[in-house]
Amino acid sequence: MALEIQDPPVLSDREAEIAGLDALDVPLASARGKLARAWEGLWPKLTALGLFLFAWQAIVWSHWKPDYVLPGPMTVLNKMWHDLVDTGGAAGPHVLLHAAGTTMQRAVVGYGMSVVIGVVVGLAVSRSRILRAGVGSMITGLQTMPTIAWLPLAVLLFKLSETAITFVVVMGAAPAIANGVISGVDHIPPVLLRAGRVLGARGLSAYRFIILPAALPGLVAGLKQGWAFAWRSLMAGELIVIIAHKPSLGVRLQNARDFSDAPGLMAAMLAIFVIGVVIDSLFFGVLERGIRRRWGLGSR
Amino acid sequence: MSALRLSPGRAAETTSAPAPGSPAISVDAVTKVYGPRGNHTFALDRISLEVAPGEFCCLVGASGCGKSTLLNLLAGLDSPAAGTVAVHGRTSLMFQESALFPWLSVRGNINLALRLAGVPKGERYDRASELLRMVRLKGFGGKRPHELSGGMRQRVALARSLAQNASVLLMDEPFGALDAITRDLLHDELERVWQETGLSVVFVTHNVREAVRLGDRVLVLSSRPGRVVDEFPVDIPRPRRLDDAEVSSLSGTITDRLRQEVRRHGA
Repeated sequence: MALEIQDPPVLSDREAEIAGLDALDVPLASARGKLARAWEGLWPKLTALGLFLFAWQAIVWSHWKPDYVLPGPMTVLNKMWHDLVDTGGAAGPHVLLHAAGTTMQRAVVGYGMSVVIGVVVGLAVSRSRILRAGVGSMITGLQTMPTIAWLPLAVLLFKLSETAITFVVVMGAAPAIANGVISGVDHIPPVLLRAGRVLGARGLSAYRFIILPAALPGLVAGLKQGWAFAWRSLMAGELIVIIAHKPSLGVRLQNARDFSDAPGLMAAMLAIFVIGVVIDSLFFGVLERGIRRRWGLGSR
Repeated sequence: MSALRLSPGRAAETTSAPAPGSPAISVDAVTKVYGPRGNHTFALDRISLEVAPGEFCCLVGASGCGKSTLLNLLAGLDSPAAGTVAVHGRTSLMFQESALFPWLSVRGNINLALRLAGVPKGERYDRASELLRMVRLKGFGGKRPHELSGGMRQRVALARSLAQNASVLLMDEPFGALDAITRDLLHDELERVWQETGLSVVFVTHNVREAVRLGDRVLVLSSRPGRVVDEFPVDIPRPRRLDDAEVSSLSGTITDRLRQEVRRHGA
């Protein structure tokens, strides 16, 4: 039975009424500009950063510890800059950049594997009663298990190798991602699933068109948490699993401690912190805000 | 977790072309039971009804009359314990909530319905534009559901239902959450769309006046177990208004019948 669709009569009273009601009913959007909102988000961060640096400097000024044990922020920032741009240090050119590069490469590999494993396991568990009963609580248990506890086993299994590090990262991040997927699927409003069924989304197309997109907010929260776990696990791994001729941020930390190089140690710490924050707020923050805006969940 | 199971039970038996004179929907002695064996309740007990092609049929009943159960059976989302459900052509179901997908734009919602209904890619855009024009939302295709008012969302939901190219439209209190002015206008709109498309409509509501305003026929359901206890043809000429004297008077009669049914449960 084909639908015969015609134009509604042009500009009747009814049309004017409907249009009027629509105009009155549409929620008003905020009129604040992009720049104003960006500044609103930025200035508290800058202020907090300033306060932190000041507190650090104040502790140094108090001579609680000698300068060579606890250097001030300027010394550390100088050292960091030097490690980034210096072309001919003892440890090679751009040593901090190289170290960060190695570390990021490991992070991408380990995190990528965690995402694939976490999403697949999460989707399977969330949709199967048996898997949920059997594996659901185990995933939560794995998530609470400290990564460092996996390290000895990783070294036994894979020696001091890249694989050992990847293993630890995946064990840290994948359960968090899987949990995010599970909670994302659990929080899909049932009426959306019903609507999907009514529209004829069954089997794989239900996953593709309804379940996955509907679980997106939870999924992104899981990915974000997974990133934090991956980054932490990676640092633990790099501190223990030191591979020769592979400068990494973990190795920088370890070496700096061995040589009592406090500025170098803190420069590496700062790099770890900055990378973590940048990925968290720039990548995941933007992703999350985008979803919230598109879904009309209110902005934070 | 039952809400998460997308796999349907045995779908309602559907056939494509209705033979001339045969009903669009026929429900014959259908029973649906909920709860554990031994302590079950009859949501529907040997309920029978027929809806003619192109008919606007309203169902009214107090809580627990199994309206939603019946609509689920008609939509093929559930299967009866006994009896037969036969529907000619595809069904589409609208809820009290618009149930629009928040990750898609208005046009995206309609496009997805077209896609799942098997409309070829090249035709979807024009078809979606037509449907938007039909519900008078031309120019709103790029909006997100949350940017629209409740009445507009229900019109998008109507367009999305029409996109399925169904011949039977099932509506589960679709205007229950709207304010009176919007609801009044949407009655007119639904009536217009129904007349233009020639759809058969099964419209469930608590609001007797709404049923009389819209329906060709009003069926009164009893509660626990759900059964059709009375039937009122509405012979008032269209267009009707909610405040027409004839609408009021028939509403009064039906309300009295409903109350009588409710009293039965207090005794």
